[in-house]
Amino acid sequence: MIDVSELNVTFGQGRSELRAVQDVSFRIEAGESFGLVGESGSGKSTVLRAISRLTQDWTGSIKIAGAELEHRRDRKTTRRMQMVFQDPYGSLHPRHTINDILMEPLEIHRMDRREARVLTALEDVGLGIEMRFRYPYQISGGQRQRIAIARALILEPEILLLDEPTSALDVSVQAEILNLLKRIQRERGLTYLMVSHDLAVVAHMCERVAVMNRGRFAEVLTTEQLRSGTPKQDYTRQLLTASGRYDRDVAKSFVSFD
Amino acid sequence: MTPLLSVKDLRVTFETHRGPVKAVRGVSFDLGRERLGIVGESGSGKSQTGRALLRLSAGNGRVSADKMEFDGIDLMTASERKMRGIRGARISMIMQDPRYSLNPVLRVGDQIAEAFLVHSSASRREARAQALQMLKTVQIREPEKVYQMYPHQVSGGMGQRVMIAMMLIPNPDIIIADEPTSALDVTVQMQVLALLDDMVRERGMGLILISHDLNLVASFCDRVLVMYAGRVMEVIEAGRLNEAKHPYTRGLLNCVPELDEPQDMLPVLQRDPAWVTAGD
Repeated sequence: MIDVSELNVTFGQGRSELRAVQDVSFRIEAGESFGLVGESGSGKSTVLRAISRLTQDWTGSIKIAGAELEHRRDRKTTRRMQMVFQDPYGSLHPRHTINDILMEPLEIHRMDRREARVLTALEDVGLGIEMRFRYPYQISGGQRQRIAIARALILEPEILLLDEPTSALDVSVQAEILNLLKRIQRERGLTYLMVSHDLAVVAHMCERVAVMNRGRFAEVLTTEQLRSGTPKQDYTRQLLTASGRYDRDVAKSFVSFD
Repeated sequence: MTPLLSVKDLRVTFETHRGPVKAVRGVSFDLGRERLGIVGESGSGKSQTGRALLRLSAGNGRVSADKMEFDGIDLMTASERKMRGIRGARISMIMQDPRYSLNPVLRVGDQIAEAFLVHSSASRREARAQALQMLKTVQIREPEKVYQMYPHQVSGGMGQRVMIAMMLIPNPDIIIADEPTSALDVTVQMQVLALLDDMVRERGMGLILISHDLNLVASFCDRVLVMYAGRVMEVIEAGRLNEAKHPYTRGLLNCVPELDEPQDMLPVLQRDPAWVTAGD
């Protein structure tokens, strides 16, 4: 479904040149969930932003269902591929009602039965129709993230790009949102590409995980390999130990992988 | 042994245009020279508890307590002048995000030195030497170089070390750390915690660690208060997290995905309205 090869993203030029993503290649089958994990600055979100073409400074090849992507966003592929962002406080327009927020993509993509689609979208993410004319500031963070998911789903995409969809939420709300994403994926056979810094969240959601460090793939693991703690790379191993509970001796043993 | 800090029935209420909001409703605890965790979700009152101790609640907040005593000083009635002597010097606070807590136009070293100067009559030269020493203590490799940097030039982990250095330099008795590591990567998070751990051990300080991460706090602290809706639901000895009895604590523990326990769907926390009203 998604076929990325030799992806490079470079910001700036000359002395301030920063190679955010370097020679990254991967394939995601239709209906699969693929995770990208890594520390801040590892390039995981930049991969997502290149695929969604929010960043245009990339070279290499990105294919969606066999078709080569261009650098400019086009209506056809945006409809097939939607994104959910990390911060539901920043990603919803504060002066638009929920109805406006959900209507906008329908209008841009000239879809029919808009009214009915908005109501279905609310229902799909477990929100009542009484939410329809509220403003984002009137609802909770978890409800906002449901709206962001509803907005992504309303165009009936095949692919969801999820950029840390639960890291701004409390753990109890995170559980609800992860369950929602999992259920929707099963019902609609969606393909997920999920970015997170939380190994346990990615292991819960995805079948395969790529570990990124300094713009490169350190390794690609199956969830079973990640869970059983048998990665090949020292970098991944350290990330795994750091994700567990606090241990003084372990913390002192950390090295930096530059 | 008398505790360093003793709090009984602490209440913080905010007057808003929609009526009073009770953020903290009857919190009691003692703190010795130990590591105490306060854990809860957003809105549970954990940060407001920490702020009330230093009289840093927002202007529309009202604080009341049967007792709030630090080393024989009644924090409820102490004069503002006296509080200024306590804040920073004897009880200090580390905030979540160094990017917002450091002054962006001052060199980080000078900010640490300033924290020392405010509470002592030392010379600038001595303050500078102390600040450099402190940067070394928080394991910054090139203290001379980092001293001269501005906040935007340091990484998140280094910024938080600078904050810790600033809070430690007056040698306080108690440190209140409000989500000190949640803006950091996991490996850096562990290193910063190890640093706090060392400070508490070597200097015999009391530490209050405020966090949303129950598993992390329980692995780090000696005791954990679990808060919900402004109340303490349960106090747990850190090693006995698995024996937690309160359904809220159990619910919080269960809804977190774990690497070593795969689950198809995550159990969702069912909130009992009685938790909010209990004890009213």
